[in-house]
Amino acid sequence: MPHAPPRCRATPTGGYHVAALRPGRPGARGPLHPLEALLLVLVSLHAAAAVVALALGPRLGRRVLLVCGLAPLATSIWAAAQAPGVLDGAAVTQRASWVPALGVEATFRLDGFALLMVALVSGIGTLIFAYAAAYFSDQPHLGRFAATLVAFAGSMLGLVLADNILLLFVFWELTSITSYLLIGFEDTKGPARAAALQAMLITGGGGLALLGGLVLLGQAAGTFELSEILAATPGGTAVEVALVLVLLGAFTKSAQAPFHSWLPGAMAAPTPVSAYLHSATMVKAGVYLIARMAPGFAETGLWRPLVLTVGAATMLVGGYRALRQRDLKLLLAYGTVSQLGFMVVLLGAGRPDTTFAGAALLLAHGAFKAALFMVVGVIDHQAHTRDLRELSGLGRRLRGLAVLSVVAGASMAGLPPLFGFIAKEAAFEGLLHLELGTGGTLVIAAVVAGSALTFAYTARFLWGAFATKPAATGEGLTGPAVPRPAWTFVTPAALLAALTAVTGLLPAPLNPLVGQAGVALDPTLDPPNLYLWHGLNTALLLSAVTMAVGTTLFLLRDRIERWQAGAPGLPSAEGGYNASVAGVMRLATRVTAVVQNGSLPTYLTVIILTILILPGVPLAARASLPEGLVWWDRPLQAGVAVLVVVAALATAVARRRFAAVLFLGAVGYGVAVLFVVQGAPDLALTQFLVETLAVVLFVFVLRSLPERFHHVRWLPVDASRVAVSAAVGVFVAGFALLAAAARTEPSVSAAYLEQSLPEAGGRNVVNVILVDFRALDTLGEITVLAVAAVGIVSLVGIRRRRGQAGTGTPSAVHPGHEGEREEATR
Amino acid sequence: MRPEDRSLILDTCVRAVFHTILLLSLYLLLSGHNQPGGGFVGGLVAGAAFVLRYVAGGADEVHRMAPFRPQLLLGSGVVLAALTGVGSWLAGGELLEHGKIDLHLPVLGDVHASSTLAFDIGVFLVVAGLVLTLLESLGDVAETEEQAAAEREAGAGTGAAP
Repeated sequence: MPHAPPRCRATPTGGYHVAALRPGRPGARGPLHPLEALLLVLVSLHAAAAVVALALGPRLGRRVLLVCGLAPLATSIWAAAQAPGVLDGAAVTQRASWVPALGVEATFRLDGFALLMVALVSGIGTLIFAYAAAYFSDQPHLGRFAATLVAFAGSMLGLVLADNILLLFVFWELTSITSYLLIGFEDTKGPARAAALQAMLITGGGGLALLGGLVLLGQAAGTFELSEILAATPGGTAVEVALVLVLLGAFTKSAQAPFHSWLPGAMAAPTPVSAYLHSATMVKAGVYLIARMAPGFAETGLWRPLVLTVGAATMLVGGYRALRQRDLKLLLAYGTVSQLGFMVVLLGAGRPDTTFAGAALLLAHGAFKAALFMVVGVIDHQAHTRDLRELSGLGRRLRGLAVLSVVAGASMAGLPPLFGFIAKEAAFEGLLHLELGTGGTLVIAAVVAGSALTFAYTARFLWGAFATKPAATGEGLTGPAVPRPAWTFVTPAALLAALTAVTGLLPAPLNPLVGQAGVALDPTLDPPNLYLWHGLNTALLLSAVTMAVGTTLFLLRDRIERWQAGAPGLPSAEGGYNASVAGVMRLATRVTAVVQNGSLPTYLTVIILTILILPGVPLAARASLPEGLVWWDRPLQAGVAVLVVVAALATAVARRRFAAVLFLGAVGYGVAVLFVVQGAPDLALTQFLVETLAVVLFVFVLRSLPERFHHVRWLPVDASRVAVSAAVGVFVAGFALLAAAARTEPSVSAAYLEQSLPEAGGRNVVNVILVDFRALDTLGEITVLAVAAVGIVSLVGIRRRRGQAGTGTPSAVHPGHEGEREEATR
Repeated sequence: MRPEDRSLILDTCVRAVFHTILLLSLYLLLSGHNQPGGGFVGGLVAGAAFVLRYVAGGADEVHRMAPFRPQLLLGSGVVLAALTGVGSWLAGGELLEHGKIDLHLPVLGDVHASSTLAFDIGVFLVVAGLVLTLLESLGDVAETEEQAAAEREAGAGTGAAP
């Protein structure tokens, strides 16, 4: 019976008490209202929706996406209902027992910052599902798509709600896996599969680093609850290493240079996926983690220099690359890389002002970038191209789409009076107060340059998508030929664009949300208000510089594009990825060629030498025959032993394989006789039967082998094999002698003999051990037997097919003996 | 195996003892809890019975005696053994904890039935299934090869004849 979970559990390092931490948590309220305790239920709801989608997918057609959209919708409604309390500073916490034996609990926590993330994940998620229902036509596998997408939504929700960092890690990896499946959704296309694998390898590799970092951090802090770690931040070398590892995980997830190559590749996914995972939510997981930890750890070790350098470099690289893209979706993807770098700078700096600005930017970016991706999806769907050289005149034809794109784009470029402008002003304001000396100035310069690039690529995007271009290539599209999209297709993007415009003009309602998000991250923050008009100050001046430079860059776009194409170019991250994958493959090939060279004698020699060196040498070093050694109980044993030895020698010197097999059988029977003499009928019976069957099976194989062994010519290699064989024989014999004499504890056999009848109701203690006392071992063994049998069947099947092709080799039949032999040693 | 290759004496003797050996294997299985025997030994004995049939009549003969795929035995054996373990766990005991009942049957008298028997039957099925699998896979291959060799020889013989 599984016993009740221990309430307190000490760890080897810290000796902390989980249960003791329950009362008096910061920001925790009294007993939970039933409606509040829904965190776990809501995450599970997504999983349930995924199962439903898989089951009903074929029957529902496109509507399956709407059904799945109910899960994020319900979450949004619930979050909105919780908002008043959370925005007053009272976090909702829910705990569930997870691994009680290790003292690990699944803790979910909804605080101000989590609420903002839920608004992104579930709010935008709901719109994405509505959008996807219009994007896809009825097609097979749509159920699978909907299931994966809603599973992602649930994982992402779990990620932002998890307070336990191990739980967070599980959700983190789940988002990587669902992202992999979604990028590779069109699994008949090679590039989609390659892009999915690339994303998986990069984010998965970062995930491993993250796991290492989180474990180190948890060990150092003595707790795995994020809120508790941040309440009393640990220090020391281990923590500094842990933070670098955590950052590595966050950088790969959030596509920071030099790990950003997977994000443009991920554009192989259907556009709803790009809009949701690869702009609004998943790529923000790394930013989220950095934001959570920065206020506590920014001063520790390499954190701040690393975050600021990588973030600023990413912002510049992404913007620079975006300027030369001709595919609208790729342009946005590089734009996302750039903006993610911006967010990493703001939220990673660990200062209250920048944290506040980062929270605002997180919200603004989610809205405008999702809207712009949706627009690209609409254009792609209606015009069947995303190449800005082929698109022309769409602005006149699709006026509504153009208007909403300009609104969302202006927000991305940071133009007043939109929310993106407010966020960027707050960012400049915060960065101007960084007070980091020359480094700080460099960061500001990089961010201003990055914003100018953002302005330029936004202009390029809008021009490319909607302008009427006289110079468009001859067969280029003309606007009037493009059918108008259905209103349901455009509405989600229009809602987001409207939101970004309204909140730009009237930012006051967002003050509590962004302010409380900032306070949740950094309690020292005294949240400022979001203003459209800050007055004439340095930030506004920087904005003016940004716009001026950005406009110039846009006007010079042709020259820049040519220059970029001709420039020697930065070492590309894509090239780095390809080179490292190819390197790993080459290394694997070489290693395999050495360790798996196909020669059975080599394998055996390696195994035997390992046995001889590792346990054998220490054994020989202190070898002395045990005291009181009894050579035999009865003379009969000595006689049988002599027979066994003779038969064994005969096996070794026999020329014919058949004779060797028979001698080997004689050895086995001799051992069985020894068992009988010793009074072990069960063992003897088994040994006799196994030997008999082994001989029969050997005969099967002998029919495929030459009649005689190859002639021994006593070359050095033969001599060395004999020496190795003799040595392993001596070792096994010596080991058996010494091991039997090395007992320090009383034997268990007495207890087994005593309990066999009263406890298990059996008089045959051997059988009772097999089926009762050690039944789990037996279950494992018969499973191994079954697996071995399946292996034999498939190997023989392969051999038979090859045999039909005329290239049969007799080697494939060997595993049969291993299964039998293994049993014979029981 | 071709009919002319079979030995009449061996064939008859094997037929005579085959069922007896199977019975013996069942006896070993059932009595194993208190006397030498058990599922493992019983399974081996049953397997040996089929080996005899194989020696006398080849893979076809074995297949006629056990007209199902031997993997069926393997699978059902593992499942049965696992189910007994899980069953006791679901019933509130430890995993693989066994219960016993004492029955008084009219003809057989006192019988101690233990759930270990179900577990042992699982072991029996796996071991017997393994032997059958080996006979079917390896034996079949060896036979095919022998026949092919014999045909090659025969072919070479007729080819050389004038």
